[in-house]
Amino acid sequence: MKKLVQATILKNECYIDGIFDMVLSAPEIAELAQPGQFLNLYTGKGEMLLPRPISLCEINPKKGTLRLLYQTAGKGTQYFSTLQKNDVIKVMGPLGNGFLTDKKWKKHILIGGGIGVPPLLELAKALQGEITVLIGAKSNPILIEEFEKTGAFVFVATDDGSHGVHGTVLDILKQNVPKGDMIYACGPKAMLKAVSDWAEQQKMPIQVSMEERMACGIGACVGCAVKIQKQGQTDWENLKVCKDGPVFWGNEVVWNE
Amino acid sequence: MSNQNMTVTIAGVEMKNPVTTASGTFGSGREFGEFVDLNKLGAVTVKGVASVPWKGNDAPRIAETYGGMLNSVGLQNPGADYFIENDIPFLRQYDTKIIVNICGHTIEEYCQVAEKLSDADIDLLELNISCPNVTAGGITFGTEPKMAEKVVSEVKKYAKQPLIVKLTPNVTDITEIANAAVCGGADALSLINTLQGMRIDIHGKKPVLANKIGGFSGPAIKPVALRMVYQTAKAVDVPIIGMGGISNGEDAIEFIMAGATAVAVGTANFSNPMVTIETIEGIEKYMEQYHISHISDIRGIIE
Repeated sequence: MKKLVQATILKNECYIDGIFDMVLSAPEIAELAQPGQFLNLYTGKGEMLLPRPISLCEINPKKGTLRLLYQTAGKGTQYFSTLQKNDVIKVMGPLGNGFLTDKKWKKHILIGGGIGVPPLLELAKALQGEITVLIGAKSNPILIEEFEKTGAFVFVATDDGSHGVHGTVLDILKQNVPKGDMIYACGPKAMLKAVSDWAEQQKMPIQVSMEERMACGIGACVGCAVKIQKQGQTDWENLKVCKDGPVFWGNEVVWNE
Repeated sequence: MSNQNMTVTIAGVEMKNPVTTASGTFGSGREFGEFVDLNKLGAVTVKGVASVPWKGNDAPRIAETYGGMLNSVGLQNPGADYFIENDIPFLRQYDTKIIVNICGHTIEEYCQVAEKLSDADIDLLELNISCPNVTAGGITFGTEPKMAEKVVSEVKKYAKQPLIVKLTPNVTDITEIANAAVCGGADALSLINTLQGMRIDIHGKKPVLANKIGGFSGPAIKPVALRMVYQTAKAVDVPIIGMGGISNGEDAIEFIMAGATAVAVGTANFSNPMVTIETIEGIEKYMEQYHISHISDIRGIIE
């Protein structure tokens, strides 16, 4: 079930340089949304006609609110960053399939890179058991305190060494191999490939949240293709990130390109 | 209820209003069914169907442009058997006509899919000889009049439903290819498909689309589409489904005045999922405002 609504902006502030923190009032979507799902945000501007897919960072069904942490990477997200409290924006959601969860899984490893970190926060809040969170960034890791508040063990790696380990999340994994019943990862494709390879070596299952250029967000345009080879299949197929994903099994993604 | 009569007829098939969807922008209707009452549409034109499943092109397949977008999907589709089993029963629940866009790499493949659909419960076929994103078939049949006539006449041997032929704007003279399609037996024409376009990522120093070149659509192409519909309507006697950048009722009225019998809404579905319904309402409002009792009263009124 998806809803197309006019959402009121309750907050839209700079979180750190280049990343904005938005809270929307959208009760119809908040009551349905799951960790790992995303929203379409519409600019309402003819020159930027495609909706922007933004992942859900926090979901509060009681208050009817949704939190988004988004990078001002292009014209659309730069436009969103100019919106003010009490402005109204058209949104559609919840879109896609969230992370798969199972009560059998007791030890969880969450791995986020860059702007791939936010969708893991709601997941960390929802999971039960022992949670280890690995946060990677070029130089400014985000949401560390908020992950710590969930009771998770948090490790940080930065490319420039300004915070935590000087290196990548993979360096943390290699230094201190944690054991997990399930790994959940979101971030740049190169990071997802590297952690999927590592997970395979360690014989741990991994879910990865993929990203691709989209138009509709609901499976109609078939724009956001990702090559997936399902277990037991002899060939890959192009699946839709928006509708079949964005979360896929890491060992089913065809990475080699 | 209003007194405006919006019914139109395409090759003997009556639509309750002139609005359908442009193939490839509305899935099989199911994807938009959560927001749009499909009963209200004149017809649903589904995404291109081939005789067998097609994988499509590599990603990225989508790029936004000023007032438009590029796509290089490459007609990824699950094939005619899947379509017949899953999508037709779904669409038949609704009081709307079903137009099935068909594609192929070769004349044989076009004929195969037409044959597979010959017993299917659908209203119209739309022959896609205009996709810019496949290496064989598609646009290669749509830019050469003799080839266009040949593929249309061959597919007509297998098609049981009336045949619409969808034309590409990537030609010097649209009327030449339109006449060729009609000579081949086209019962109606639809135009335009996308214009060929490109974007370059100057930071990465490479094309934005993995396929390098894609199909350009959206409001930015509307003047080109309108001009071609106007020229084609003057040149042929078969009905025309006009499309290219239509985003509201006023745009639709322009195409009808240029000579289109029906119109298709495409890329605008992405920016406004409710746009098909709003277009129908917009047409109705225009007719009320100018006391137009039947939509055909304004069809092709531009000399």
